[in-house]
Amino acid sequence: MDNIIEINDLHFSYRDENGNPGAEVLKGVSLTVRRGEFLAVLGHNGSGKSTLAKHLNAILTPTSGKVIVDGIDTSDESKLFDLRQRAGMVFQNPDNQIVSSIVEEDVAFALENLGVPYEEMRRRVDESLKAVNMYDYRLHSPSQLSGGQKQRIAIAGIIAMQPDCIILDEPTAMLDPQGRREVMATIHRMNREKGITIVLITHYMDEAAQCDRVVVMDKGSVVLDDTPAKVFSQVEKVKAIGLDVPQAAELAWELRKAGYDMPEDILTEQECAQAIMKLFA
Amino acid sequence: MLKDITIGQFFPGDSLVHRLDPRFKIVITIIFIMMLFTGSNVICLIVGGVYTLLAITLSGVPFKMYWKSVKPLLPFLLITAVLNLFLVDSGDTLLKWKFIKITEGGIDISVFMMIRIVLLIMGSSVLTYTTSPITLTDAVERLLSPLKKLKFPVHELAMMMSIALRFIPTLIEETDKIMSAQKARGAEIDTGSFMTRARNMAAIMIPLFVSAFRRADELATAMECRCYNGGEGRTRLRQLRSSGMDYIALGVTIVFYIAAIVVAKITV
Repeated sequence: MDNIIEINDLHFSYRDENGNPGAEVLKGVSLTVRRGEFLAVLGHNGSGKSTLAKHLNAILTPTSGKVIVDGIDTSDESKLFDLRQRAGMVFQNPDNQIVSSIVEEDVAFALENLGVPYEEMRRRVDESLKAVNMYDYRLHSPSQLSGGQKQRIAIAGIIAMQPDCIILDEPTAMLDPQGRREVMATIHRMNREKGITIVLITHYMDEAAQCDRVVVMDKGSVVLDDTPAKVFSQVEKVKAIGLDVPQAAELAWELRKAGYDMPEDILTEQECAQAIMKLFA
Repeated sequence: MLKDITIGQFFPGDSLVHRLDPRFKIVITIIFIMMLFTGSNVICLIVGGVYTLLAITLSGVPFKMYWKSVKPLLPFLLITAVLNLFLVDSGDTLLKWKFIKITEGGIDISVFMMIRIVLLIMGSSVLTYTTSPITLTDAVERLLSPLKKLKFPVHELAMMMSIALRFIPTLIEETDKIMSAQKARGAEIDTGSFMTRARNMAAIMIPLFVSAFRRADELATAMECRCYNGGEGRTRLRQLRSSGMDYIALGVTIVFYIAAIVVAKITV
């Protein structure tokens, strides 16, 4: 499989109003994402994970280093729209990314901007709404919808562009548990059924545990980069950064520390329960 | 409680007037307003009144709602009418008693003007009651599109309008939240003298403005991420289509307008 995202020694610092660079937010991040992969980027506030996400869509461009998304250098302004069409972005606050007062028109917004002809637009809007299970709400006003529904509309608006990759910047942070489940299920389905590469920025451990690969960021650098099982088995390292591990992984770790024979790749409660049952067998 | 405020007061429905092309509805409303002001005699007003009643009946919105749109303005209209009745001094004197003097010109300006304004409000309510604000914005954009040649920012204006409409419920909800939060901190918003309350409004307005600016910033980023690049080369999901019915409605309106002009000319 080829790489859809290639980040090479990315440094970034915000500039103040006089154009002087401030403290470095990203300190030499290198990362590749394979096509079709479901990647989670973990980190607590100020770790630089959102800043990293903004580089994938050319909202920010590197101070030094290179970001290549689907063969396009994000510093190349002439290919900006091409890039944004291929790598869509979903933000944290569902209210602040919905433009229109009618659901289906909001989903069509990107297509209208790209000048897609009516027939094609109609078809893609309907398809996208069906893909996120919101077709029945197409004529509603967004203000009548729940947070999770609004976030699914935002995802539909991105899918309508038929991107290869979707970057989601803490899409579930403002949602209730029900909304979180809906949105996560939608994202997983997009990855599985449409083969869209997903980069999920999050601070929820259980969301990260469901991904193919987890990247942990701290103070502007990548500190861990592996499968969820491998990352969360390094309980001490993860805790030292100030993050938690899923409860099951933590229990397994405590048991291992106390001298019990528990496997290292435990992530879910079920795996944990089975391992404990084996201990008693 | 704040949520109950409706802006534009659109009543969804599927009546004949609802189905008309919004562009035609705007043009028709303009002709209707000109019709009301063509002549100042009873027959002219009857023509306007009949037309208004016709539009109201066809709109399928209960007459009560139209009455509601006029009611708040009625005291104001009545006071103006009474003042005009006694103060305007032109034309033949109809009645004179001590210092009270009623002239033909007075009746013309007071009574007729009041009826005209009532009809005007009711008639234009037909437009806003049967057309959603967002469709209306869209129609205005398209009607004004020839002005683009004069570098008039038609698309930008319409985009601003539609974003404003989109964020009204969101900001109302936010105001509610801020009010509760400030009340919980002891702000006097519902109590105290008028001046205290006015001063305390700052405790609501400032957080509201800060949040509105933050929202605007995030929305701008989100719009750019979805390739927004101004009105150039944009296509639209919403298609406005005019049908035979639109031309019939326009024709009927023009006939009424001509009738009003003719009546005004004959009776002068």
